[in-house]
Amino acid sequence: MARVVVNVALKPEILDPQGRAVQGALGRLGLTGVSDVRQGKQFIIDLDGELEGDRAGLMEKLAGELLSNPVIEDFTLTVEN
Amino acid sequence: MDARIGVVTFPGSLDDADAARAIRIAGATPVALWHGDANLHDVDAVVLPGGFSYGDYLRCGAIAKFAPVMSLIIEKAQVGLPVLGICNGFQILCESHLLPGALTRNDHQHFICRDQKLRIESTETLWTTDFAPGQEIIIPLKNGEGGFVASEAILDELFAENRVIATYLDGNPNGSYRDIAGISNKAGNVVGLMPHPEHAVEELTGPTTDGIPFFTSVLKSLVGAS
Repeated sequence: MARVVVNVALKPEILDPQGRAVQGALGRLGLTGVSDVRQGKQFIIDLDGELEGDRAGLMEKLAGELLSNPVIEDFTLTVEN
Repeated sequence: MDARIGVVTFPGSLDDADAARAIRIAGATPVALWHGDANLHDVDAVVLPGGFSYGDYLRCGAIAKFAPVMSLIIEKAQVGLPVLGICNGFQILCESHLLPGALTRNDHQHFICRDQKLRIESTETLWTTDFAPGQEIIIPLKNGEGGFVASEAILDELFAENRVIATYLDGNPNGSYRDIAGISNKAGNVVGLMPHPEHAVEELTGPTTDGIPFFTSVLKSLVGAS
C-alpha cells in the first residue's frame, strides 16, 4: 500500500490569525524569540496498492482542487510506496 | 409572471428559511433545492444561503462546491443564471471559482454578529439594480471567516470593472481587503455578499428592510427577459 502525505499551508502573503494567536500563546507560556507561527493542515491518505499512473495524476489534481485552495494556499505532496 | 427562485439547502445550511421568506416578500416563489438534486426544477435564479455547509470542514464552502446540485448551478451560472451567494454562499461561489478571491478567517479572530452599515458601490449587477448608486444600507452581518482576500491585481480589476458591489462603512468587521463586502462576476449575474440581506426584509425581525432590493432587483431582470 501507499501512504500519501499532503501538507497545506496558507501562502506567505495571506494573514494567518490562528498562527498569530498561537504565537501569542507560546510567548505567554515563556517561549522566547518566536518570530512567526504559521498553522497548516496535514492529510495522511492510505491507499491500497501503489500510487502510480492515472491515480497519481488524480491524487495530485485533487490535492490542488479539494485539499487546498490555490487562491490562498500552497501544498506539498509526498508518497511513501 | 411567477418567478421561481431556488434556495439550496446543504447539510449545515442555516439561513435557507429566511432566504425563502425574503424571496416570498419580494414577490417571487421560493423553490427548495436539495444539495443532492440532479436537476434545478426550472428555477429562474438561485440563492446560496448562509450557514455552515458540511460543517465548514476542510474550508468553508470547499465541500459544497462538489455537491451534485452545485455542478448544475456552476454550469448554468456560466451562461447567465442569476446566482446570489450570501455569507457561506459567497464562500461557496469563491471556492467554485465563479467569483475570484477567497474568504479567510477574520483578522481579529472573533466571530462577529452585528448590524453593519454598507455602501452600495455597483447597481449594475442583476441583484443590485433597485438600489441607488452610493446608497447606504444597514443589514445584519455574522461571520467568523469573512475576510475577503485576493491579489492586488484582482482587487484593482474588481474596482476598475465596477464589480465591487458593496463596501463596509463605519469599521471593517473582518479584515476584508479594501473594505470589500460583496463582489460580482464579469457578467453581473453572479453576486457574493458576506452580510445578510435576507435578515433585513421585515421591520418586526430585522434592523431595517434594506435587504429587500437585492431580491426585487433580480425579479426585474427576470421580467425583462421573459
